[in-house]
Amino acid sequence: MAIFLLKRLGLAIITLFLLSVIIFLAGQVLPGDPARAILGPLSAESAVRALDHQLGVDRPLLTQYTSWITGLLHGNMGESYQYQSPVQPLLLAALVKSAKLAALALIVIVPLGILGGVIAALYAGRPVDRIITLSGSSAAALPEFATGIVAIIIFSVVLKLVPFPPQIQPGASLLTQLHALILPAIPLVLVLFGYIARMARAGTIEALESDYVRTATLKGLKRTVVIYRHVLRNSLLPTITVIATQTGYLFGGLVIVERLFNYQGIGNLIYHAANAKDFPMFEAAVLTVAVVYMVATVTSDLLTTVLNPRQRTEAAQ
Amino acid sequence: MPTGIVASDTDRSELPVWRLLLGRPTFLAGAVILLFWVVCAIFGTSIAPHDPLAQQLLATNQAPSAAHWFGTDQLGRDVLSRVIVGSQTILIIAPLATAVGAVLGTALGLALGYLGGVVDLLTSRIVEAVLALPALLIIFLFMVALGVSTVTQILVIGFIFTPLIARTVRSAVQQESQLDYVPGARLLGERSARIMFVEILPNVIPTVVVEFTVRLGYAIFAVASLAFLGFGVQLSTPNWGTDINANYGLLGAGYWWESLFPALAIASLIIAINLVADAIEQVLAG
Repeated sequence: MAIFLLKRLGLAIITLFLLSVIIFLAGQVLPGDPARAILGPLSAESAVRALDHQLGVDRPLLTQYTSWITGLLHGNMGESYQYQSPVQPLLLAALVKSAKLAALALIVIVPLGILGGVIAALYAGRPVDRIITLSGSSAAALPEFATGIVAIIIFSVVLKLVPFPPQIQPGASLLTQLHALILPAIPLVLVLFGYIARMARAGTIEALESDYVRTATLKGLKRTVVIYRHVLRNSLLPTITVIATQTGYLFGGLVIVERLFNYQGIGNLIYHAANAKDFPMFEAAVLTVAVVYMVATVTSDLLTTVLNPRQRTEAAQ
Repeated sequence: MPTGIVASDTDRSELPVWRLLLGRPTFLAGAVILLFWVVCAIFGTSIAPHDPLAQQLLATNQAPSAAHWFGTDQLGRDVLSRVIVGSQTILIIAPLATAVGAVLGTALGLALGYLGGVVDLLTSRIVEAVLALPALLIIFLFMVALGVSTVTQILVIGFIFTPLIARTVRSAVQQESQLDYVPGARLLGERSARIMFVEILPNVIPTVVVEFTVRLGYAIFAVASLAFLGFGVQLSTPNWGTDINANYGLLGAGYWWESLFPALAIASLIIAINLVADAIEQVLAG
């Protein structure tokens, strides 16, 4: 178990290192000169070169990479070019906002997705199952802005239930914040429903076909009892893992939703940083998304191992 | 009777693939919608009721009416015509990008699955690192870095698909390599390239076809999302994602038709491809 954990963590760290190199290089090829982007097109060439020197972007690539990565490991993300202030507090604030949106989406989707999947499994092969499965996979494939537009039109333009664009005053109460976040959460919920329902369906079908469920049924237990006590417990295992991985997606997939609703989370931050050639902000933000994604994946692997005794012994071997 | 069922089963599997597909309602529904958009893309301006680029500054933001079924946008352009002609860009870029990914991914998958070894290990690691980021974010990064054009969109999306398709093809190839005909060919002294492309490739084609249709849906998703983010290819033809980006700010003012119809167009196209992909997958798997 400990060896498995170490191996998994080691792999995650290697992947993160490779990723940091890729992100750093991607940041380097962003066209345009950072000093030029800050000072504007009309400033003097000498001023641009002086600022480039001050920012340290005229040093060799390897030096820049090592100083960036040592800074990161010491918890220093550098200074944002566009805001002329440290990256960390800005990034943290955006991360918290994104986390709120992601959390709301998860709270709604987990019970809904599991319910949908279990219903589909109980009626496997019948119209109800086909409808849930196909609408789930279709909704998951739709771009968030398309479903978002439909949601805005229904809830904001026609029913006038929520304002668009959502406005959250600083210091607004949790309830007000929640009210404004419902609309942006809808497209995320639609994307995730298909994934979670599919896993819950597969898990339930597998459990339904198992010997212990047949035994329980033959023992004379009522169908509801069999489903509650025997099927659900076992079918939720793969679902838990997919929820953990999708948390990673939520953070990555936020760019579109945050653009659509002009919500100042990490997706919007990356969008603006990329457009403003704000390397430190951009690189730190993308790497943060990758770390969240990675932590989510490792967690899901761990959960599967801990919750599934068979895999636990396999991992130990 | 049991024997009768078995017999009809064998008959069924002997039917050509297209006959099996036509028997599936999901495939028919998807194919009809897809065909509709292909017709729109080919005939574009000749079936559009108005010139999609003609501005009428005295008739801006008009609600849907008999003259303009889908209304007009903030420059007074006919939304219906823009939706019809807007199918062109996406139906050119997305299939080409998927084709690039399918060709490169199949070649890479064949090489990794058949040759294995250090290259396989190293490539898998890099693929995993790239996959640790959401695909759309990576595509977005490259678009920002390389600039927007039809060619860069096709290549970037194609390159992102390459490792994803390669991964699936690789495992199919590994399964094939276990079968007798592969060592047999090797014993006959056939070269690796010949074994990969002449012996194994025809047997993994169904896998590639399924991957192609599934990825095509995602390519449409990606092209539309990029356009929505303001990275659409600037051609003289309208573009669904770009139109939504330009008009969704007016939703608060109640001008819903300008964003809704392009959004429904994207949604219907993706759903159509998903229905087709789902049917192909089930037919080829069964």
